[in-house]
Amino acid sequence: MPRITVTVDGIAYEEDVEPRLLLVHLLREKLGKTGTPVGCDTSNCGACTVMLDGASVKSCSVLAVQADGCDVVTIEGLGVNGSMHPMQRAFHEEHALQCGYCTPGMVMAAIDLLRDDPEPSEEAIRQGLEGNLCRCTGYCNIVKAVRRGAQEMGRTVSAP
Amino acid sequence: MIPARFDYVRPGSVAEACQALASDEDAKVLAGGQSLLPLLRLRLAYPSTLVDVGRLPELKGVHDRGDHVFIGAMTTHDEVVRSPVVRDGCPLVALAAATVADRAIRHRGTFGGSLAHADPAGDLPAVVLALDGVLVARSEEGERDIPAADFFVDYLESSLAPGEILAGVKLPKLGAGWGFHYEKFHRTAQAWAIVGVAVALKRSNGAIAEARIGLTNMGPTPVRARAAEAALRGVELGDQVRQACEGAAEGTSPPSDLHAQPDYRRHLAQVLTHRAVRAASGSP
Amino acid sequence: MTVEQEIGRPRRRKEDARLLTGRTRWTDNLSRAGMLHVMFLRSPMAHARITRVDVSGARELPGVVAAFSGQDFAAEQGSLPCAWPVSEDIVIPDHPPMAVSEVRYVGEAVACVVATDRYRAADALEAIDVEYDPLPAVLDMTEALMDGSPKVHEAGNRAFHVKIESGDVKAAFRDAPVVIDRTYVQQRLIPSAMEPRAVLADTDGDSFTMWSATQIPHILRVMLAVVTGIPEHKIRVIAPDVGGGFGSKLQVTAEEVLCLLLARKLGRPVKWTESRSEGNLTVHHGRDQIQHIRLAADADGRLRGLQVDLLADMGAYLMLVTPGIPMLGASMFNGIYKMDAYEFGCTGVFTTKMPTDAYRGAGRPEATFAIERVMDELAAELRMDPVEVRRRNWIRHDEFPYTTISGLTYDSGNYEAATDRALALFGYDKLRAEQADRRDRGDPVQLGIGVSTYTEMCGLAPSRMLGEARYAAGGWEHASVRMLPTGKVEVVTGTSPHGQGHVTAWSQIVADALGVPFEDVTVLHGDTAIAHKGMDTYGSRSLAVGAIAVVKACDKVREKARKLAAHLLECSPDDLEFEGGAFQVRGTDQRRTIQELAYASFTAHDVPDGVEARLDSDATFDPENYSFPHGTHLCAAEVDTETGMVRIRSYVAVDDVGTVVNPLIVEGQVHGGIAQGIAQALFEEAVYDAEGNLLTTTMADYLLPSAADLPDFQLDRTESPATSNPLGVKGVGETGTIASTPAVVNAVVDALRPRGIHDIQMPCTPERVWRSLEGERR
Repeated sequence: MPRITVTVDGIAYEEDVEPRLLLVHLLREKLGKTGTPVGCDTSNCGACTVMLDGASVKSCSVLAVQADGCDVVTIEGLGVNGSMHPMQRAFHEEHALQCGYCTPGMVMAAIDLLRDDPEPSEEAIRQGLEGNLCRCTGYCNIVKAVRRGAQEMGRTVSAP
Repeated sequence: MIPARFDYVRPGSVAEACQALASDEDAKVLAGGQSLLPLLRLRLAYPSTLVDVGRLPELKGVHDRGDHVFIGAMTTHDEVVRSPVVRDGCPLVALAAATVADRAIRHRGTFGGSLAHADPAGDLPAVVLALDGVLVARSEEGERDIPAADFFVDYLESSLAPGEILAGVKLPKLGAGWGFHYEKFHRTAQAWAIVGVAVALKRSNGAIAEARIGLTNMGPTPVRARAAEAALRGVELGDQVRQACEGAAEGTSPPSDLHAQPDYRRHLAQVLTHRAVRAASGSP
Repeated sequence: MTVEQEIGRPRRRKEDARLLTGRTRWTDNLSRAGMLHVMFLRSPMAHARITRVDVSGARELPGVVAAFSGQDFAAEQGSLPCAWPVSEDIVIPDHPPMAVSEVRYVGEAVACVVATDRYRAADALEAIDVEYDPLPAVLDMTEALMDGSPKVHEAGNRAFHVKIESGDVKAAFRDAPVVIDRTYVQQRLIPSAMEPRAVLADTDGDSFTMWSATQIPHILRVMLAVVTGIPEHKIRVIAPDVGGGFGSKLQVTAEEVLCLLLARKLGRPVKWTESRSEGNLTVHHGRDQIQHIRLAADADGRLRGLQVDLLADMGAYLMLVTPGIPMLGASMFNGIYKMDAYEFGCTGVFTTKMPTDAYRGAGRPEATFAIERVMDELAAELRMDPVEVRRRNWIRHDEFPYTTISGLTYDSGNYEAATDRALALFGYDKLRAEQADRRDRGDPVQLGIGVSTYTEMCGLAPSRMLGEARYAAGGWEHASVRMLPTGKVEVVTGTSPHGQGHVTAWSQIVADALGVPFEDVTVLHGDTAIAHKGMDTYGSRSLAVGAIAVVKACDKVREKARKLAAHLLECSPDDLEFEGGAFQVRGTDQRRTIQELAYASFTAHDVPDGVEARLDSDATFDPENYSFPHGTHLCAAEVDTETGMVRIRSYVAVDDVGTVVNPLIVEGQVHGGIAQGIAQALFEEAVYDAEGNLLTTTMADYLLPSAADLPDFQLDRTESPATSNPLGVKGVGETGTIASTPAVVNAVVDALRPRGIHDIQMPCTPERVWRSLEGERR
């Protein structure tokens, strides 16, 4: 079995993995990082979205061996010192989650789309989240939350 | 679902990769994996070995080569969209690559992977065909150029020989006077194109000097709308354009699936070609 | 001390923090020492006799602990339950959790593998050998009912027939100046909760614990006992975090029963987690009706009578409430309208497809769609505005309470107010002007305006009425309220939330009822060992029934506290007034807070003789009536007549759900409901091919809308409190889904009506719209 090294949420791991092991199963079943859920088998739903070397990926469609040497950030690694990331807070404030199953992926996708467009329009947010499905919210409050999260992240960045 | 067992190699060079492929006819190339992994998970494919070429530096990156742009096969869609070289030299490629799947998939999926997968519903094959791109294949025997028109052989089948991998694509720069558009028609944002139309258009004195049109999902391979291309030549921008696009579906054999029947696809090809031509010509 | 009222506040949810940071407890996240993984082999045939199952190849593979066929379960697996035998004549076929001798839909389990991990289990499935002797598939309901049709079950393809008549239908249709006659198809839907199903079953040899992604831990426990014969008191069911349900997890599934039996067989914990493609095949489907509707009216638009004749596709078996779903719509086809006569007939039909059952709205969206569509047809026939024809027929607000032609008594509502508000928000007149302009110009993009003035019955349900409808259980709900020594409050509810925010809403309600801080309340749910009594969550019942039980339990806590306070303050209980969480002797400053009283009952040093030293109370609430939310939804849709593409430009919803406990949660429910209703109108359809194979097994084929496919929704509310419960609440979980589907289709048809189109079958795909236009062009 190939041996890989991977950093997940700031912790370095060395694991022997079957080549066919999906990254999401490495996270959930080998590393105990169950914060990232699985919602489909065709990379449509986006529930399993994580950051791989700083860019969003669907961890059900990446092999663990492909993440060898990479840095992974999951929903569990977003907060700093026990406080939530501004995007997580924004989702809370705007009631942008109901059952919460799509939420980890949705939050990661939201943070990712702001890398290109820190002040996105409603249209840009909706397009930017096209790869993440939610069955509860009708997306209205998710769009609001992303806008709010963007504002707060902008503030964090520009604060002295 | 869970992929079946396979072996995995990560060669250090293209030569090694070709060797690995040549030694095992059931081995398959792993690029970004965005088309392959869902197939593996649904157990629709059972490769013996995956040869992971995704990290080979020789296959990555966009290069300005004067009269053409060379896109390394393992360049991700995201990198293609962001590349100033692509945007300046082959704007049509950037436009179409931006419509592939979604952001997360564009971060992993590769330009070459999409083409080698040869899915006629993919957005990029029709674009490369419309631009008369040249696909560069490498094997233990060396390198060969395959014109796009010869590359797409059948549904999910390219003319890459066993042991051959796609190294990159040469895309001619079309220069001044050309306009571009990719018109994608799908039922939801993340759905595959029912029909897509890639247009490169040269204007001259208020008329169309030349049109190159590639059609997505209008047959087992991407196809050129040759009849419409011919009809558009010399047509003045305006009302006659619609009529010239009526032959857009001529010679195509569009598929029948859950989302559309062939006659509807033919109709769409006409309408969307007209729209794409107008957009490429800068008409409102 | 004045405390801000909690009911009505947009409280942010207590549930969120865990869900947002990944500290979740989805069933698939759970693990037990020695846990094994189960996978099921599923039938690739729609209908066949099983002639041989050989699992020996699987047993030999590494990591495989066991492999079983249906034969191995035959003696113990029982039959999956149907709790709603809707008629005397109903046929309830045997439904083995694992097929033994015959399969009747693609996806039915025929064997299973238990292995040390899911990768090895998946490999072993491929080593199982099954031979089938094909039987003819039965796919079309109309053909299924014909003489000589192949049979799904020995007893035939007709599951039941029900007929209800009210008023003189013949007279209503005789000489009616206008009769609208239409047939609508409610396509089959796949509920698609984001969390796939998962089950974990464990045993200590004598008793069993099951964690399941279910909406109904309490009902499941009873049914597992009934099906398997394991005594009820030896089964504990836990619904941990559950990622959405929409009715799909209101089920007693084959996999739950089989996992329990596997835990018993193997003496080890076993877990099964479905994949999405497995779920699309085998989570019960929704809708699937053919509706024949006849509406008689006078020339001025006044309704005379309505005839409804339904074919309802049961699929291959009757599951938990399969036959009850169309019956939930039986009293709703008349909608908000007055009429003289009504007739409802429904035939349940077996086909070789996945069984249908509850999906958000369950029977009521189907009914509402039919009446709201046909009201538009009537308006068109009479060349009237569709809002006006509704106005002429709806129950006026001064007519409540009103007993409808189908026999329900609507307690409150104000259709005028909701509609007027919606029209104003929507800019109705301006959009009509734009529509006329586009028609005049022959714009390739036409504008359509769709109206839906809906009501629904929810708050399931008065137990007596359920009994009359032949449902096997009651509709009450239970709650306990415990005062802890430090003055904090622990609420135990029999509802089982899976995204609805009960912890937050119940905290608000209890904070008001007991005068304690919102933060001091915790809510426990979803575990039969903690919430010993409950009827769970579905049918927009949790607030209108479950929260009322909480209120009633709080009332009892207060009364106990009053007695204790009177004792401590040496006064009569009648001299005490309760405000701001304290009992105060009228006209004095003598008081005891509820927290002080909780502590006094804990120490019990000074409790009156004969009084129990506890404030804790519980209550069971059984509603006297359903509740009837209503509202007016308006949709503006642009239809590209060249491609057939429909784009929703604006959407307005004004709903009346009675008293609002938490406006944020209410809006969230409405948003999500509208999205699902739009999805039925435009995107979703479960498609079987001519051999009975499901073609839409993945999310690449079964299209769910993303944020990029939907507009923003503009919401407002009117508030006519329900009179059937002390909070005045009605329920909101299904309103959006019920209202929006006809609003959207009405808009699409409205856009194309001048071209001779008066219906487009759902989902209104670009191809269907284009074909309708082509048909008219020819």
